[in-house]
Order: sequence, then structure tokens, then C-alpha cells
Amino acid sequence: MITFFARRFAYMVITLLLVSVVSFAIVQSAPGDYAEIYAARKANAGAIISQAEIENVRRQLGLDKPWHIQYGRWIGNIVLHNDWGMSWEWKRPVGEVIWERMPLTLAIAFSTLIFMYVVSIPVGIYSAVHRYSIGDHTVSLLGYIGLATPNFLLALVLMYLSQRYFGQSVGGLFSPAYENAPWSWGKFKDLLAHLAVPVIVLGTGGTAFLIRAMRAAVLDELNKMYVLSAKASGLSPLKLLIRYPVRMALNPIAATLGWRLTYVISGAPIVGFVLALPDTGPLFLHSLLNQDMLLAGAMIFIYCALTIIGTLLSDLLLVALDPRIKLE
Amino acid sequence: MAEARDNVLDVETLSIALRQDDATVPIVEDISFSLARGEVLALVGESGSGKSLTALSLMQLLSKELAITKGRILLHAADGGVTDIVGLGANGRAIEAIRGRRMGMIFQEPMSSFSPIHTIGAQIAEVAMIHEKVTREEARRRAAELLAKVGIPDPVRALDRYPQEFSGGMRQRAMIARALICGPGLLIADEPTTALDVTIQSQILDLMRKLKNELGMAILFITHDLGIVAQMADRVAIMYSGRIVESGPVRDIFRRPVHPYTRALLEAVPRLGDIDRHRKIRPIAGSIPNIFDVPQGCRFHPRCPAAQLPRCAEAPPPRYDAGRHHVSCIHGAEELGR
Ligand SMILES: Nc1ncnc2c1ncn2[C@@H]1O[C@H](COP(=O)(O)OP(=O)(O)OP(=O)(O)O)[C@@H](O)[C@H]1O
Ligand code: SF4
Ligand SMILES: [Mg+2]
Repeated sequence: MITFFARRFAYMVITLLLVSVVSFAIVQSAPGDYAEIYAARKANAGAIISQAEIENVRRQLGLDKPWHIQYGRWIGNIVLHNDWGMSWEWKRPVGEVIWERMPLTLAIAFSTLIFMYVVSIPVGIYSAVHRYSIGDHTVSLLGYIGLATPNFLLALVLMYLSQRYFGQSVGGLFSPAYENAPWSWGKFKDLLAHLAVPVIVLGTGGTAFLIRAMRAAVLDELNKMYVLSAKASGLSPLKLLIRYPVRMALNPIAATLGWRLTYVISGAPIVGFVLALPDTGPLFLHSLLNQDMLLAGAMIFIYCALTIIGTLLSDLLLVALDPRIKLE
Repeated sequence: MAEARDNVLDVETLSIALRQDDATVPIVEDISFSLARGEVLALVGESGSGKSLTALSLMQLLSKELAITKGRILLHAADGGVTDIVGLGANGRAIEAIRGRRMGMIFQEPMSSFSPIHTIGAQIAEVAMIHEKVTREEARRRAAELLAKVGIPDPVRALDRYPQEFSGGMRQRAMIARALICGPGLLIADEPTTALDVTIQSQILDLMRKLKNELGMAILFITHDLGIVAQMADRVAIMYSGRIVESGPVRDIFRRPVHPYTRALLEAVPRLGDIDRHRKIRPIAGSIPNIFDVPQGCRFHPRCPAAQLPRCAEAPPPRYDAGRHHVSCIHGAEELGR
């Protein structure tokens, strides 16, 4: 058990390191660098800028060094000093800039995850138990629509609806009234109302998929011999359903938690961007456009790290759920 | 004829049908049998003759597309109370209270009869907890006691093991423990040894005999192995295409089979010495009719060597009784009278 965790943890650290190299390389591989962007801007503003000046900026930022030296300095500072460097664009520490916006991204991602499971598990069970009923057919139909609707379209429709009918501005986590208020029921509801649109946009496709998966898994289990034998022992239908088929069906569902997490974490910034939310989405895009290298690299790295940690957690969850998985 | 028997179960003219959109297709028709306390009745027949459906219907466990369309299933309590299982319906507290408590059931597939993600102990103890409202500790203690009774070594530790850590034979023992933990008066065993190899099979049969003598429950033993019938059963009922064609004490049936199907079955069994005497093992020619296309009259007539046509194809044969030996065949009277 301990060795299993230790090994998994070691793999995770190695993967994180590789990912950091790749993140850095991706950012580096873009043509041009920040010094050129800087020069172009100055030129646009009418200033004359010499090649020497450009070289100067480049030297200041360390861009003249070979990339592995740049990488070494970058990762060293992160690991040793939790120093993610300066954003050239924002003229502020990268860590600060990211963490202003990360809570909203995480809130969207995790709310979406919770939303997907909370909706799909009971609906999937219902559909399986009442197979071919009107309810089941309705769920299937809605599911197909959900799977087929592109997120951006859903985003536009929901934005329109929420502005038009609820007078709800989409954006941020809280209305101004609750921004700095202490936690209360009202503030909680306000939070949910703000999260609703991005969560629905991001979560609909995945929810539809998970409902189908859960339905199939429960149906599969319902036909197994052990269900009949439990019934023959006198279990009531509800108790039996929850204790055996549903419990079994949760295993494959839990197994996909890792890539669901990947999906919401990589999807949250995109939704944030489409809905113009002040989360990391717009920040990320601009950092790439402006070759704000340290900021972009840090964000790619953080997204990947969240995904890797999430995958590890979902594997551990599966081990906890299913005694058939042997930890050799 | 009122026999002075202390019965646990009386099945009277039970019929089971498949419900389809436009019609109901009868599968099991008009079967009657009874089981006395501590008696073993073997239900024998070819694959598809309706043995499993009969067993499932006794606990109202038929799947949704199947239904009991006629008859009564009377379960007698030790204090003389009688419950009609058919009247209870397939859902609700009343039938749940019977399953696992008054009747236990074991199946052919010991491999899949337990959930692979719950421990053996939890799945056995659960039955006692449902029916007797005992604490978890008490239920576990009882489960360990039963595991010991069915011959599982180190029963207390076995409680915390998972089914896949058990061999097929061990799992079937654990299934028996689960079926018997509440001390039912009737154990229904649907081909409990078919999936096991021969040595394990005879160990399980020995165990069932031992438990029957110790606990005194009746057993409905479903099999298509006449060797097992001879070893285990007091009485035997032969099923063909959803009907019981002949029934009676095992000795009578084996010594003097009357129904041509029973005779054919007995002839199909290889006997010791067959090889020396070059006796041919004769399997029954033809196959059991499809439920959607059963022959009129006696359902065995297309395969029957003693059939008298058109008589046998016109109406179901009458039933003849000689004591406890019953047979449904036109030759019944002469044969039984002889
Ligand atoms: N759910 C069902 N739907 C339709 N037909 C069924 C269903 N269950 C059983 N049958 C049919 O009913 C008949 C009797 O089935 P049953 O399982 O009782 O046979 P059996 O005597 O137990 O056979 P075996 O020795 O193979 O176990 C078979 O012809 C089978 O095809
Ligand atoms: S009734 Fe006729 S067909 Fe049926 S078993 Fe007897 S002799 Fe054969
Ligand atoms: Mg069967």
C-alpha cells in the first residue's frame, strides 16, 4: 500500500517535471520574443527604437541565453523560492497576477465537475431502472441535444437569456453588494447564480455523456446474477439497487474522473474567455498573444499540474472503491 | 386425496407465461407438486423444460416479462399458518419477508452469485440483518457460525475476504451459508453443482445432505443429472416442455419408469458395465419443442416411441395415480396397474 502510494507519487513528480519542460518549450517555440513585441509597440507609438535597445531589453530579460539556461533559472526559482518571475506585460509578479484570477477558474471547474456528477448519477440510475419509459426517452433526447450543441452557442443563448429574463449580469463570482460581505445564505445564492451560466455551458456535454455511461453501467449490473441472488435473500428493491448495482456502476464512473477533471480545467478558461469572465481565460490568451512568456508558461504548467494531480486522486479513489484492483 | 403429510410447500396447478405485446405465451402449465418437511424433491428435465422458471416463481423472482398466470403456491409455517405466495404478488414487504427467511435459494453460478466488491461476510450477515433486526456484530457472529457449518476453514477471517479469493466450491458453500442463515424451511437449489468439477460436486452434495439432516429443511433440487437424483432425492418429478409428466418416490421411478420420456431419460444414462456389455447409450432423438410452437395433445408425441396417433396428438393425456406415483400418459393405467 505505502509503496504503491510512494511510487505513484514519484511518477507524479517526474511527470510534473517533464510537463514543465514541455510548457517552457511550447512557449519558447513561438516565433519572435517579447523584446520584438516591445519594439513593435514602441514603433507603433511613433518612437524610434534601435537594434541596440532591443538587444538591451533582451539581455535584461535573459532572452539572449540558451533556452536550457532560461529553463533552469525559471524552474529553479519556482521550486526553491515559489518565485514565478515577473510578467513583462503586467509589470507585476506572475504569481500575483495568476492568483487574482485563478479562484474563479477553479470555482467554475469544480462547480462544473460537481454539477456533472450530481446531475448525471441520479438521472442515469433513473433511466436505467425505468428503461424505455417516457422518462428514459426524454432523458435520451435531451442528452443527444446536449451532446450536439456547441458550447459557444450554448454560451450565447444562456447569456442572452440570463440578461433578458433574470437581469443577471454574467461575470465575476459575486454581485457588487456581496463582493466584500461575510458569508451568508444570500451570498451563497448569489455565487450559485453567477456560476450557473458558465457551469451549464461547460458541463452540459459532459453531463449528457456521463448520464449515458451511468445508465449503461447500471443496466449492465442489473442483469448480473448477484442481483438476483441478493433479491432472493430478501433485500428491498431500493436498498438492493443502491447497495449493489449502483455501487458497482460508480467504479467505471469514478475511473473517468481524471479526464473529466482535465476537461473542466482546460475548458474553464475557454468558457471564461467566451463569456468574458475575469478568470484566467482572457489572461492566458493575452499572455500568449503578447509573448508574455513567464506568465504563459506558468499558466500552462499550472493547468497541467492540476490535471496530473486530479488524475492521481481519481486513481486513488478507484483503488479505494474497488477491492478487485490489486496493489502489487 | 388428502395425504397425511406435514408439508412445507404445496404447488397447485401453477402456470407461468411470457407476456408479449399482443399475446401471452404459456411456458409452464398446470404443474403441481408438494414437499414435506425435511424431504428432498428433485426436479429433472432437459434444458428449456421450465425448471428454473418454476424455481424462480416460488419466490416471485420471475423477470418482468414473465408472470404467474394461474395456480397457488402454499407455504406452510411451522405453527400451521399458510401463505399463498401467488397472492402476495412480486413486490412489497410481504414477499421480501419470505425471501431469504422462509425460503433460501442457491444458483448454478457460484462465480457470479456474490458481488465482487463486497466481502463474503457482509453479504451473508446482511441477510440476518434484514430479516431479524440483529446488530452487525451479532449478524457477523452468525455468519461466521454458518461458514463454519458449511465447512469453510478459518470462518472468522473468511468473513473479510472477497468472493474472488474463494474457489468455486468455496463460493458455493458460502452461498449455502447465505441461503440458510435465517433457518428457512425450504431450500431451492437450481443446479447447484453443475458448474463445479466432479470431486467438488460430490463434496457439495455431501454437505447438503448433512445440513438437511442437521437443520431439517426441505430441498427442491433442480438438476438434469439422474445420478445426483439417485444420491440426493426422496422423490423426483420429471418435467418435459413445461409440464410434469411423471413423479413419485425415486425408487419407484427408477425401478418402474412408466412415461416414455422418463424411460428414455433413464436409458440415456450410462451405467457401470455398459462398456463390457456393449450397451449403446441412447440419447433421446429430437429436441424439446420451442415455447412458441408446442405440439398439440401430448407434448412429447413427436419424439415418443410409444405414441398412438392420432390419439396422442389430439388431447393432453390423462393423469394416472398409483399411490404416490403419478404419470401423465395414455399408457399410465395399464403400466401402473401391472
Ligand atoms: N425471460 C424469458 N423470456 C422469454 N423466454 C424465457 C425467459 N426465461 C425463460 N424462457 C424460456 O422458458 C423456457 C424454460 O426456461 P427455464 O430457464 O426454466 O429452463 P430450464 O429447465 O431451467 O433449463 P436449463 O436446464 O437450461 O436451466 C425456455 O424455453 C426458455 O427459453
Ligand atoms: S401420451 Fe402418447 S405421446 Fe405422450 S408419452 Fe404417452 S404414449 Fe407418448
Ligand atoms: Mg435452469
